[in-house]
Amino acid sequence: MDFTLSQEHQMAVEMVRNFTHKEVIPIIKEWDRKQEMAPHILPRMAELGILGINIPVRYGGQGFDYITLGLVCEELEYADTTLRVVMSVHMGLNSMAVLQWGTEEQKQRFLTPQAKGEKYACFGLTEPGAGSDVAGMTSTAIKKGDHYVLNGEKMWISLASKAHHALVVARTDLNAADPHDGLSAFLVELDSKGVTTGDIHGKMGVRAGSTGWLAFQDVKVPAENLLGQEGEGFRIAMSCLDNGRYTVGSGATGLIRASLDASVKYANDRKAFGREIGKFQLVQQKIAYMVQSYEMARLLYLKSGWMKNQGMRNTKETSLAKWFATDASFDAAAEAIQVHGAYGYSDEYDVERYLRNSKGAVIYEGTSEIHQLMQAGYALGYRADGDLRCELPAYDADFWQAEG
Amino acid sequence: MANKVWAYIDQFKGAATPASWEAVAVARTLANQIGGGVTAVILGSGVEGLAQTAFHYGADEVLLADDPALADYRVDSYASTLVAAAKVGSPAVILFPTNTRGREVAGLAAMDLESGVIPDVTEIVLEGEQVVATRPVYAGKLLAKVVCSARPQMVTLRVRAFGKPEMDASRSGTVTKIAAVTDGDKVKVTGYSESEGRLSLTDAGVIVSGGRGTSNRADLQPPDDITDEKQKEIWRAQQGFKLIGELAQTLGAALGASRAAVDAGYIPYSHQVGQTGKVVSPDLYIACGISGAIQHQAGMRSSKVIVAINKDAEAPIFKLARYGVVGDLYDILPALTKAMKERLGK
Amino acid sequence: MKIVVCVKQVPDTAAKVAVEGGKVTWGDAPLVINPWDEYAVEAALQAAEKGGGTVTAISLGAEEAKEALKHALAMGCAEAVLVNDPALAELDTQGASRVLAAAIRKVGGVDLAVFGKQAIDGDSGVTAAQTARVLGWPAATLLASLSLESGTLKGERAMEEGRQRVEAALPAVASIVKDYGEPRYPSFMGIRKAAKAEIPAWTLADLGIPTPAAAVMWKEIMNPPARQITNEMITGSSPEEIANKLADKIMEEKVL
Repeated sequence: MDFTLSQEHQMAVEMVRNFTHKEVIPIIKEWDRKQEMAPHILPRMAELGILGINIPVRYGGQGFDYITLGLVCEELEYADTTLRVVMSVHMGLNSMAVLQWGTEEQKQRFLTPQAKGEKYACFGLTEPGAGSDVAGMTSTAIKKGDHYVLNGEKMWISLASKAHHALVVARTDLNAADPHDGLSAFLVELDSKGVTTGDIHGKMGVRAGSTGWLAFQDVKVPAENLLGQEGEGFRIAMSCLDNGRYTVGSGATGLIRASLDASVKYANDRKAFGREIGKFQLVQQKIAYMVQSYEMARLLYLKSGWMKNQGMRNTKETSLAKWFATDASFDAAAEAIQVHGAYGYSDEYDVERYLRNSKGAVIYEGTSEIHQLMQAGYALGYRADGDLRCELPAYDADFWQAEG
Repeated sequence: MANKVWAYIDQFKGAATPASWEAVAVARTLANQIGGGVTAVILGSGVEGLAQTAFHYGADEVLLADDPALADYRVDSYASTLVAAAKVGSPAVILFPTNTRGREVAGLAAMDLESGVIPDVTEIVLEGEQVVATRPVYAGKLLAKVVCSARPQMVTLRVRAFGKPEMDASRSGTVTKIAAVTDGDKVKVTGYSESEGRLSLTDAGVIVSGGRGTSNRADLQPPDDITDEKQKEIWRAQQGFKLIGELAQTLGAALGASRAAVDAGYIPYSHQVGQTGKVVSPDLYIACGISGAIQHQAGMRSSKVIVAINKDAEAPIFKLARYGVVGDLYDILPALTKAMKERLGK
Repeated sequence: MKIVVCVKQVPDTAAKVAVEGGKVTWGDAPLVINPWDEYAVEAALQAAEKGGGTVTAISLGAEEAKEALKHALAMGCAEAVLVNDPALAELDTQGASRVLAAAIRKVGGVDLAVFGKQAIDGDSGVTAAQTARVLGWPAATLLASLSLESGTLKGERAMEEGRQRVEAALPAVASIVKDYGEPRYPSFMGIRKAAKAEIPAWTLADLGIPTPAAAVMWKEIMNPPARQITNEMITGSSPEEIANKLADKIMEEKVL
């Protein structure tokens, strides 16, 4: 067992940290207050290659492994959750699904421009009336000759109004015996006729990010944009979550570290009763818990990333990493506010933003309750993961880094 | 009496930088200790007039290379001319002011003379003829005591680290002309433009900052076309920032602001010092009308010397301040700008 | 066109540097490429990109200085060389310049050698000019802009008073200031290349020069005296009186 990160890993982290410290952290509070996405964020992430970090060079990516994706998400969310959210949808939920399930032609058309950052991608699963109950969705895609006609609405979609491409899951078989088997996945170009998008305002957190809705009215989706096979939509969606949750869990780990760092700094600075508040044991306890959470969350996501590198199925491990890290990030942010006292309650300091930002991830990509059911299900033998027709390919440095 | 201590007079477009006279004065002190004279080296074109000032600050002799060929500063010619003179005069020590030119002239001369340069020194003592110089290293986090075993010992003195040089207008000395050495000229000067660039906050050695207090003069009447109350407040604050700007200009300082002032629209965000702005640690930080919220403190508390000017004697900023003035910045700043101008010879 | 950029490995700016037992320590703070040198790398890369050429990064230091070189490689330098010799432990800036000049000569056919303004450990700021002197090349120092046109370097020097426009025939030495423009981040492709790179190490014997004698020595290194803030309120009967008292105090602090 080797816990050492490679030099590539370390330098990639350093580079992303450099970017966030120079270009994100100094301005993010302003945009969080404005409830808008800072306009330079997506283009810069694209330009720097972050949007294609773990995609093979031949598909326009940077050729790094899945562990790097986790490390990068940790760094991004250390600065602000909204940046990690970009990776969750663009990379975890969309691009990696195309890598896993897409045809060579789909990889050229969708994955390559996405990895290069020329096109942004999002993921349309959740509907106004269907969240955890995926099979309860009402969007439909009815085949008419050489295309499908897509109708329906998708809600709580990150980058809805910014993305060029969406992976959309819709019902193709209205009469399937098991409604899960009636779903299919499509790669939809959002400039297609009949697509409208919009932003949702008034969110508790991730206010400097873009969250919105997608509406489809009689949108013609070419048959060759079907991802995988008809009826495979549910399995594809779940495989997407294995990757999305990985980015969420590694990102939340960064949020724990941000809370920890802010608390340590404040506890060393702020004095009460004639000494630094860090000298008080109850403050120390809060900090000790943050350290513990951080280390645990990090080990969990690194293990999950390592399994992805090996080509091992990691649904269980990724679910655990996501559940633990998001819950722990919410707790760490709340305790960081407590360490900061009244200052923590004001937006002069970052910790109140950490708390607001942490809450969403406890809900999306499987609520903590869903993950608890999953973990119990695995333990009790109620649940097992069957093989997929297309597994996420194991990381192969030679294949990933070859020019194509 | 051998002239063992030399001072290099840095001039630009015929005007000596004030720090050059500090070098002459320090040279005088050192020379007195080892029983030698002081030679000032003046290089340039049309710079003969500087010799008299050098005598006033303590030079016994001036070596003058006054040549049109030295009109534009170029490091190679200036260094070569100095080197030729030093080979003849064999000084034990040559002192330079630390600025862009002083550093590199000293550096090049050190190579040619097979000696060494000790740059940016804040203290200097002599042990016999051996200079022991103290200089900040690691951005001032540490101090090093440095010696140079070869001769001449070339030392550049941090500007204003040695106090204001004393002048005695009755002093005089001898001027010896030396030849300019320009055949080694490798860099051509093709033009010059005055600095228009504002000093950036993080680079600045001195920062003068304004806060909410800039708008507290309700008796100031804005022009009639400003009717909105908020705009009136901003206009008043800008009058305060004008005073701050004048002091900043006098000190060669960058202009800072508290978050309160930025949020109130008095001044752009790029000036904000503090937790959510820039974290700075200048040598001198003058806070005007800033109460000193903890966030502001976080951004400036490592400044070497903090001066606070505030109407409210209870303002937390005073706890950090080396010097505090309880008063209105509108009263204090114009007087302070004037007083500093006198002291800096501006 | 062949461009060399000289970089140094230093403790991170955020490091808590202190003296313990007569030695400089910086705790577990990372060693990084000297921040000023990143501007130099940027200028070197831009010059190479515009003029069609490659950049070689050179560093003097022990084995760990390879990290600074890897940063330069990841930013886009084509090659890197470490000059590492036990005899270099007690180098002064004069000696460093002689060694760097020898390394630049050994690289061969170099048109331009670029330096940062100064290193944030020694804070000397003379190595670029001194290296130029050893090479007998023009020293175009403290450049805020730099362009190469048909064998000539053109640039603007940032001096206290303003900008001096200068020209020099290549080969030349340049040093770069912050006004040049923000250095790029390492690219991911560059990182992959740098991580794999085998960086050659040259000794003084490889350079064919003797150990340079050090004229300047740090006799002692110490922590600055502990700071104690003594609050002093300046009072007076008029703003002028207060201002004059305060102005005297400010002058006494020697911070201007």
